[in-house]
Amino acid sequence: MDYSALIACHECDLLQRRVRLHGGAVARCRRCAAELYRDSPHGIERSLACTLAALLLFLIANAYPIVGLEVQGNRQEASLYDTVHTLWIQDRKDVALLIAVTTMVAPAIEIGLLLYLLFPLQLNRLAAGAVPILRFLDTVHPWSMMEVFVLGILVSLVKLEHLAHVEAGIALWAFGGLIPVLIAAANAFNSDEIWAKVSVLR
Amino acid sequence: MSRSALTAAQLGYYGCHACNLVAPVQPGRHDAVCVRCGHHLHLRKPDSVTRSWAFLIAGYILYVPANVLPIMHTSSLFGAQSDTIMSGVVYLWTSGSWHLALIVFIASILVPSAKLLAMTFLLLSVQRRSVWDPLQRTKMYRIVELVGRWSMLDIFVVAILVALVQLQSLATIEAGLGAVAFGAVVVLTMFAAMEFDPRLIWDPQGGRRG
Ligand SMILES: [Zn+2]
Ligand SMILES: [Zn+2]
Ligand SMILES: [Zn+2]
Repeated sequence: MDYSALIACHECDLLQRRVRLHGGAVARCRRCAAELYRDSPHGIERSLACTLAALLLFLIANAYPIVGLEVQGNRQEASLYDTVHTLWIQDRKDVALLIAVTTMVAPAIEIGLLLYLLFPLQLNRLAAGAVPILRFLDTVHPWSMMEVFVLGILVSLVKLEHLAHVEAGIALWAFGGLIPVLIAAANAFNSDEIWAKVSVLR
Repeated sequence: MSRSALTAAQLGYYGCHACNLVAPVQPGRHDAVCVRCGHHLHLRKPDSVTRSWAFLIAGYILYVPANVLPIMHTSSLFGAQSDTIMSGVVYLWTSGSWHLALIVFIASILVPSAKLLAMTFLLLSVQRRSVWDPLQRTKMYRIVELVGRWSMLDIFVVAILVALVQLQSLATIEAGLGAVAFGAVVVLTMFAAMEFDPRLIWDPQGGRRG
C-alpha cells in the first residue's frame, strides 16, 4: 500500500486521505482545521526569489545604521551589531546573545540554508544533506524574530523622540522591507511539496 | 456529533513529526525510524507533558524578577532612573503615546501572563484527559504559539536604547537584571509551547469530532 496517499493531522492525529489540490488551494484537517498541505504554484521558484530578496535586505539591514540620534550637535548611530556589542561590553552577555541569535544568527542560518536547498531543487537536484537540513530548518525558524525587532525599533524611536532628534537609518528601511518579503517567503515555501520532491530525488 | 473517523494512532500508523509521512509501526516497537527523513518515529512527542511543565514552572519562577527588577537603568545629568516593564508602559502612556503604551502592554504584560496561564490550563486539561471542547483548546494552543515571540519586544527596545545612548555624554542607559529574567521567561515559555503536543488534547476523544 502507498502510504503517501494518507496524511495524519499534525495537531489532532486524524488520519485522512490526500486529495489533489489546484490553484493555490489549502487542505485543512476536517476535525481541527489545521492546515495539512497546500498547492503552491511554482512554490520553489517563488521561495527562491523571496529568499534572495530577503538575503539582500538582510545584508543591508546588518551593514547600515538602524537609527541615528542627534543631541547638541553630537551624532550617534547604532547598527544591529552595535546593540549586541554594547550589551556585551556592559556585561549583559546573556541578553547580548539572545539578541544576536534572534536577529542575526537564526535569520542568517535560515536564509543561507534555504538558498542552499532551493537552488539545486529548482534544477531537480538534491543538495548534500538536504534531509537533515530540512529538519533543522524547522528548529531554527521560531528563533528568527526580525519582525518583532522592527516593532522594537519603532517603539524605541518614539521613546527617544522626547529626548533628542532621531533619524531613521538605511537599515530601518531594509528591515521594513524584510517583513513583507518574509511573509511572502513563508507563503511560498511548501514543505509538504519539498519533502515529496526530496523523496523522489533521493 | 459522532462520526466514524480514526486517528493514525488507533490504526497503528505513526505520522512522522518532522516530515509528516505516515507509516505503519508494529505494536511495541520503539526503534522505528521514518523511511523518508530518518526521524525517530513516536506516537506523541516523548515526555511532552513533563518537559513542558518543567519549562513552564521555570518560566513562572522567573516571571517574578522579570516584572519586579528594573529592565533598564538610565543615568543623566538630571539624575538616575530605573524602569521596570510596567513603569515603561506607564511612561509611554503619560507621555501621550497611548497607542504605543497599548502595544507594549500587550506584548510585555498581557501576552506573557496569558501564555503562562494558557499553557497551565492546557497541561492540566491534558493530564486529566479532559474531553472539554478540544477545538477551542487547539485554537488556544495555536494562539500561544503565534504570539509568544512578540514578547521579545521590550528586550529589543532596551537593546536599541542602550546602543544609541551609549556614547552620548548626555546620558547612559544600561540593561538591568529584569531584562535578563524577562528574556528568559520568553525563551522558557517558547520551549514549553514547543514541547507540548497538541495531539494529546484530542487523544481522549478517540475518532470523535470535537
Ligand atoms: Zn486535525
Ligand atoms: Zn518527533
Ligand atoms: Zn519523516
